[in-house]
Amino acid sequence: MLEQTLNGLQFGLMLFLLAAGLTLVFGIMDMINLAHGSLYMIGAFLTSTLVGVTGSFVLGVLLAIAATAAVGMLLEIAVLRQLYARDHLSQVLATFALILIANEAVRIIWGSNQPLTTPAALSGPVELLPGMHYASYRLVIIAVGVAVAALLYVVVTRTRVGMLVRAGASNREMASAMGVDIRTLFTLVFGFGAGLCALAGAMLGPLFAVQVGMGENILILAFVVIVIGGIGSIRGALAGSIIVGMVDTIGRAFLPALLRAFLSPQFAGAIGPALASILIYLLMAAVLFWKPQGLFPARG
Amino acid sequence: MQRALVVVVLALAVAFPLVAEHYGAIYYLSFTSRILIYALAATSLNLILGYGGMISFGHAAFVGAGAYTAGVLLVEGVTSAWIGWPMAMLVSALLAFAIGAVSLRTRGVYFIMITLAFAQMAYYLTVSMKAYGGEEGLNLPLRATLGFGLELKDDVTFYYTVLALLVTALVLLQRLVHARFGRVIQAIRENETRMQAIGYPTYRYKLICFVIAGAFGGLAGALLASQNNYVNPSLLHWTQSGMLMVMVILGGVGSRYGGLIGAVVLLGIEELIANYKVAWLAALLPNYQQHAPLGVGLLLLAIVLFAPQGIAGLFARVLPTGTGDRG
Repeated sequence: MLEQTLNGLQFGLMLFLLAAGLTLVFGIMDMINLAHGSLYMIGAFLTSTLVGVTGSFVLGVLLAIAATAAVGMLLEIAVLRQLYARDHLSQVLATFALILIANEAVRIIWGSNQPLTTPAALSGPVELLPGMHYASYRLVIIAVGVAVAALLYVVVTRTRVGMLVRAGASNREMASAMGVDIRTLFTLVFGFGAGLCALAGAMLGPLFAVQVGMGENILILAFVVIVIGGIGSIRGALAGSIIVGMVDTIGRAFLPALLRAFLSPQFAGAIGPALASILIYLLMAAVLFWKPQGLFPARG
Repeated sequence: MQRALVVVVLALAVAFPLVAEHYGAIYYLSFTSRILIYALAATSLNLILGYGGMISFGHAAFVGAGAYTAGVLLVEGVTSAWIGWPMAMLVSALLAFAIGAVSLRTRGVYFIMITLAFAQMAYYLTVSMKAYGGEEGLNLPLRATLGFGLELKDDVTFYYTVLALLVTALVLLQRLVHARFGRVIQAIRENETRMQAIGYPTYRYKLICFVIAGAFGGLAGALLASQNNYVNPSLLHWTQSGMLMVMVILGGVGSRYGGLIGAVVLLGIEELIANYKVAWLAALLPNYQQHAPLGVGLLLLAIVLFAPQGIAGLFARVLPTGTGDRG
């Protein structure tokens, strides 16, 4: 139970890295960016290469974050900027096109997948409680996730830049009328979000697989997170991430067994896994139905 | 001008199997059938997306539900298309009713997201249907049967069946768009509040529109199942919904033949890139033909950025009497 809770927390925190960037893009610029998952993929592939080149996991990850942030800012200036004033349909299509382009570009440069393994020092389990072992790499992921969340919290709530970001998210026109250079601010935010994507891709890479298309599935989860949390709200993204990570992980682990207690084993075995995988989507539909603005709406 | 073009295209489509058979290009017959099926799916999406202004990001769910209904019926021994295809439409319509009833209470970006969420649920449901192949998909023993001495396993007969259904669907949907119902739907797209103020039950109109589109999507799915003799969950993946939206926007949002043009262009380009080697591109990137989505992506990006009305919009500029359906 504790192990599954930790797994849920770990997955949730990594989702948060993706969702934090996405929710700011969504909140400030009212822009649906489907290509956010592609940055996650690019980050993971870059990490794989850079870890190989530098021979150090930490250095490789840091360089990959910087490189992905640069790619993100370039993308923002070259393409996404043209789309802010357009309708949602155009944004969906243009960023969908970016997914296709990114996937093929990665396939051309790297091929369909890349090896990325946990650093040797972290590959073993540690004993958390007497008799309870847990993978040390996953603990590191949790630590990194908590650190980033804390850093983000301080930056957003305690610094001037954070204040500008919050102002932009809650009322873009007003902020820009007050003299905030929203365009530049936004390019920076986008680059920052891309860096977080790369961090998530690098950390999750060894657990899942570094392959083309890895961004598509997790992107949808990130959207679920920000819709549940409330678009544009960092706090909402954090809450939503933890909820989605927990519900998904614990649901998959325990729901089939739980159903077996009430239903015939055959029936439970058939619908258990199905119900577990749609649980978070049900949750999102329910939140949208009863609280359309999400749990922590950014706009008052 | 436009009418003449339609007649010519239709005549070409009818004559195509004769020509293809003569030259032994049967492969292109089934390829063209596939285009026509996707044209049907994209046209049904265009009804809600273009005319209704409802940006549904879950249309693959209806196509997939239709495909699975038709496929499961075939596996269970119900082979008649007269049962299988209407059942596919019915199941997709019911699914659209359920999804629409909840989703249409939300607006804007939330509508996009909630339709996406429901489509993902449908996707995972098919993945978990272990009795019907689960993740592996379901191989179908045969194509549906039509009776009257018509054999759908004959590619020419199948092609004509698909063509007839597509033309029928296009005519029906066109009638619908020009009828009072269609006018109301388009008026709701332009200004829902005003329509409510006049006294129209806008929610009900939108829901009916959503259900009709779902039913035709289901028909396309049933045809796709027979075309491939195979159904699998990837039919319902969200990227499939994306591809259908791409077809609609390529062809022209809310234009009569938008879905058809989009399907022809998108699948045609994929096929062109995969089968015809361009020397200077090959020199630049030796195996570029394996990377067709790159070309599609670049084209799509260019269309969205520079030709927001789609290809039909470009036509409309050339042909003065062109598609005047919008507004």
